[in-house]
Amino acid sequence: MARHWRAGAAGLAVLGLTLTACGGAKVGDSSEAGGSGSSGKCGTFNLAVNPWVGYEADAAVVAYVAEHDLKCKVTKKDLKEEIAWQGFGTGEVDTVLENWGHDDLKKKYITQQKTAVEAGSTGNKGIIGWYVPPWLAKAHPDIKDWKNLDKYAAKFKTSESGGKGQLLDGDPSYVTNDEALVKNLKLDFKVVYAGSETALIQAYRNAEKNKQWVIGYFYEPQWFLSEVPLVKVDLPAYKTGCDADPAKVACDYPVYDLDKIVSAKFARSGSPAYDLVKKFNWTNDDQNTVAKYIAVDKMTPDAAAKKWVEANRGKVDAWIK
Amino acid sequence: MTVAMEKPETSGEAQQPVPPPPAAPVRRISRSMVVGAILVVWLLAFALLRGRQTLSLAAADLTDLHRWLNDVNDSIGANRNSNPLFLYFFNEIRLVIDNLVTFVQDLISQPSGDRPVPQIGWLGVVGLAGYVSWAVANWRVALLAVAGFTFLGLQGLWQESMDTLALTLSAVLVALLFALPLGVWAGLSERANRIATPILDFMQTMPTFVYLAPLTLFFLIGGASATIATVIYAAPPALRITAHAIRSVPATTVEAADSLGATRRQSLLKVLLPMSKRTVVMGVNQTIMAALAMVTIAALIDAPGLGKTVVQALQSLDVGTAFNAGLAIVVMAIVLDRVTTAASGRAEAARRSGNPLLKWRRHLLVAGGAVAAVLVYLSHTYLWAAEFPGDGGTGSTIAKAADNVTTWAQDNLSGLTNGFRDVITNGLLNPFQTLLTDSPWWLVGAALIGIAVVLGGWRAGITTAVCVGLLVATGVWSDGMTTLASTVVATVLVMLLGMVFGVWMGRSALVDRLVRPTLDAAQVMPPFVYLVPFLALFGATRFTAIVAAIVYAAPVAIKIIADGVRTVPATTVEAATSTGCNTWQIITKVQLPMARSALTLATNQGLIYVLSMVVVGGLVGAGALGYDVVAGFSQGQLYGKGLAAGLAIVLLGVMFDRITQAAARRTTN
Repeated sequence: MARHWRAGAAGLAVLGLTLTACGGAKVGDSSEAGGSGSSGKCGTFNLAVNPWVGYEADAAVVAYVAEHDLKCKVTKKDLKEEIAWQGFGTGEVDTVLENWGHDDLKKKYITQQKTAVEAGSTGNKGIIGWYVPPWLAKAHPDIKDWKNLDKYAAKFKTSESGGKGQLLDGDPSYVTNDEALVKNLKLDFKVVYAGSETALIQAYRNAEKNKQWVIGYFYEPQWFLSEVPLVKVDLPAYKTGCDADPAKVACDYPVYDLDKIVSAKFARSGSPAYDLVKKFNWTNDDQNTVAKYIAVDKMTPDAAAKKWVEANRGKVDAWIK
Repeated sequence: MTVAMEKPETSGEAQQPVPPPPAAPVRRISRSMVVGAILVVWLLAFALLRGRQTLSLAAADLTDLHRWLNDVNDSIGANRNSNPLFLYFFNEIRLVIDNLVTFVQDLISQPSGDRPVPQIGWLGVVGLAGYVSWAVANWRVALLAVAGFTFLGLQGLWQESMDTLALTLSAVLVALLFALPLGVWAGLSERANRIATPILDFMQTMPTFVYLAPLTLFFLIGGASATIATVIYAAPPALRITAHAIRSVPATTVEAADSLGATRRQSLLKVLLPMSKRTVVMGVNQTIMAALAMVTIAALIDAPGLGKTVVQALQSLDVGTAFNAGLAIVVMAIVLDRVTTAASGRAEAARRSGNPLLKWRRHLLVAGGAVAAVLVYLSHTYLWAAEFPGDGGTGSTIAKAADNVTTWAQDNLSGLTNGFRDVITNGLLNPFQTLLTDSPWWLVGAALIGIAVVLGGWRAGITTAVCVGLLVATGVWSDGMTTLASTVVATVLVMLLGMVFGVWMGRSALVDRLVRPTLDAAQVMPPFVYLVPFLALFGATRFTAIVAAIVYAAPVAIKIIADGVRTVPATTVEAATSTGCNTWQIITKVQLPMARSALTLATNQGLIYVLSMVVVGGLVGAGALGYDVVAGFSQGQLYGKGLAAGLAIVLLGVMFDRITQAAARRTTN
C-alpha cells in the first residue's frame, strides 16, 4: 500500500514540476495585465446606470472619459431610477446621468432629504408620446391626428383590450399620463400594460414586419427608432401647466430637458469627475449614434464609447477643460 | 410549499394505518356534485348581480393602506443615518456579509489587492470543482463538474460565472448557517414547526421584487443586499427538509436509543442526525437550486454575474447573448444538482458496492488533493492558468444559433400561435376572468369558501375565509381575481401537460432519461431569456404570461406525476394486463387512479409554481397583481400598492396550498 502511495506522490511531483517548468507569463509580470491604474486625485466615481440603452450610451462615454482622461476608477451600478436615487443618501451612487423629469423624486431627495443636487442639462431633448409603426402612418396618414384615432379604434382591438382599441404602455417606471389622457380625450381605447420596454419594442417590431395595427407609448431618443422609425401621433399641444393635475391631463407630454443629478456629497468633493459630469453635454444625434453602436452593432459599451470619443475629440475636450 | 418537501410528507401520510375505504367512491361523487351545485348557484347569482361591488381599482389609484405603507417606507429612508437600529444592527450585518462575499469574489472572480486577476484562476477552480465532486460523490459527477466548468469558460463567461458562483456559495453558506440548526429544532419540536411553517410559506411566495428595493435601504446596493435577498428565498427548503428528515427517523429507533440510556444530546448527535443525513443533503440541494433561481432578479440591484448579462442583453432584445448566459446558469445548476444528489446517495452506494478501490480511497483522496493544490498554485501564479484562454468563440456560436432559431420561429409560427392564443383567451380565460372580476366580491368569497369546505373540510374553509378577508383588505381584490383567473387557466394546462408527459415518462425509463434534462433546463433557465421569443409569438398579452408560467411549472408537475405512476406496483399493472385491459384502460383505470395522491400533489405544486411566475407575467402583459408589484418596485408612489399586491399573491398561495393539501389528505385517507 505504502509503495503505491509513494509512487503516486512521486508522479505528482513530476507532474507538478513539468507544469511549472512550462509555466509562461507570471501574474503581475507584464504591464498590460495591470490596466486599472487609478490616480489618487480622482478616486472612485460611482455611476448609476438606469436600464435603457440611451442612458447606457451616456454612461459609457462619461465613464470612458473619466477613466482615460481623468484616471478615475469608475464603478458602474446597474439600477432602476428609484433605487439609484435612494443610493444618493446611502453614499453608494454619485451620479444619475439622464433624468426624465421625475418631480416626485426631486422633491423627495433634493428638497426634503437634501441628499442630491441638480447638475444641469445633458443637452438631450426627451420626447414622450403615442407612436405608430411607419407602415401604418404611410397607409393612413390621417392617423397622425389624435382626433381620428377613434375612427380606427376597432382596428386596434386585441385579446387584451376588452372590445376597445388597445393603447400599449411599457415599463411602469417611465413617466406616463396615458390612462388620464384616454379618459379626458374621451377615446374609445383601453391602456394595456405590457409591463416592460422589451415587450413594447417587440410589439412594434412585429407590427412593422407583419403590418399589424399597434399604437403605444414610446419616447425619443431611443435606439430602436433607428431600426424602425416610429411615427408620433399629435395630441392636443402642450401648454405650460396643462399637466398640473395628473387626473385632468388632456394635452401632449412636454418636451423634457433631460438633466443630471448628483449626490450632495459628490458635488462638494471637488472631484474632477464632478466637473466632467457638470460639463457633459451632447445632442440627441450623438446619443443615438452611441446607442446604435451598443444595441444594433452589439459593441460593448466601452468599445462604443471609444469609437465615438475618438471621432469627437473636440466635444470631449470641452468637457474636461 | 416546496417540491421536495411535500413529497415525503404525503408518503409519510401513506404510512399511517389506512382505514378501510368502503364508502370512498360514493362520497367522492357526492363531493363533486356539491362543488357543481356551488358553481351553478354562483353562475346564477352572477347573472343577476354582474358588475356590482367588484372593488375594482385603477392602475394609478391607491387606498389608505397603500399610502400608509408608502409613508413607512419613506420615513425609513429619511432616518436611516440617525437610527441606532441601522447604525448598530443592519450595518453590522451588512458588513459581515459584504466581507464574506468580497472574500469569495477575491478568491475566484474579481481582481484582488494589486493582482489584476483573482487569487485562484480558472485551472484551479476547475481542479477544485472536480476534486471536491469526486471526494463527496463519485468520479462520474467529478467529470461532469470539470466538463461543465470548462464549458462556462468556453462560452466566454468565465468571470461572470464565477461571480454568480461566488454569490451563490455565499448565500447558500449563510442560508445553511441558519436553516440547519433551525430545521433540527423544528424537527424536534412540534410547536417550533407550527410557528415556522407560515413564516417559511411567506418567505417563499412573497415576490422578491417587493422587498428588493427596501433591502437596498437596509443593506445598501450590491453584494450584501443580493445575498440577503437570495438567502430569504433559498433558506426555507433546507429548513423544511431538515425538519422533515429529523421527524421521519423511525420512532422505534429513537426509543431503542432512549432505552439504552442515551441522553437527549446523544440521541440527537448519534442517532437522529446520522440517520437523516441523506435527506438533509437533499435540502442543501434544493437551497442551491433556489439560490440559482435568484441570479437574474438579484442583478436588478447590481449583483454581479450572469444575471447582469441576461438583463443587459434584453435591453436591446439580444436573445442570443441572453440565451448564452442563461445556458451558463443551466450548466452550473445541473452540475451542482448532480453533484449534491450523488453526494446524498454516496454513503449507501459505497457501502453496498464493496468496491475493492474503497481501501485505497483515503490515499487516493490525499493524492487528488495534492493535484488540486498544484493546479490552484499554478492558477495563482501563471497567467495562462489564471485567465481562461480563447475569446469565447463557443459562446458566440451558441448566441448566433439561438438567434437563428428565434428568428425562424417568429417568422414561421406566429400565425399558428396567434390562433392558439385567441382560442384559449376567448374560450377559457376571458369568460372565467369575467366571472371572477365582475361578480360581487362577497359572492366570489362565499363560493371559494364553500368549495374549500367541500374539498378540504372545515379547517380549510376557515383558512380560506381569513385569506378572502385579508385579500379584500389589501385593496387589490379586483387585480387579485384577474391574476387568479390566469393562474387557474395556467394550472389546468400544466396539469394536462403533466398527465400526458408524466404518464409517458412513468411508463418508460428511456423516455424519462431523455426528457428529464430538458425539464431541469426549463426549471433553471431564467424566464427573462425565453420571454422575448414568446413576446414575438404571442404579443404582450395575458396568454404570454400563462405560457411562461407553464414552462416553469410544468416540469415540476410532470416529475411528480411520473414518480407517482412509477410507484404503482408492477404486479397490479400485470394483473390488469392479464385480465385483458388495453394500454389506455391501464392508464385511465389503474395507473392514474392509483397515483391520485401524486396528482393532487402535482396540482398543489403546479399552482404554487405558477403563482411564483405572476410577477414575471407582469413584465409581459399580464397586468393585475404582477404589474402592480413591478410598478411598486419602479415607482415610489406605487410602493405601498406593490407591497399590498405582493401580500395578495402570498394570500392566494396560502389559500390554495391549504385547500389542496387538505384535499390530498382526504383522498389518501
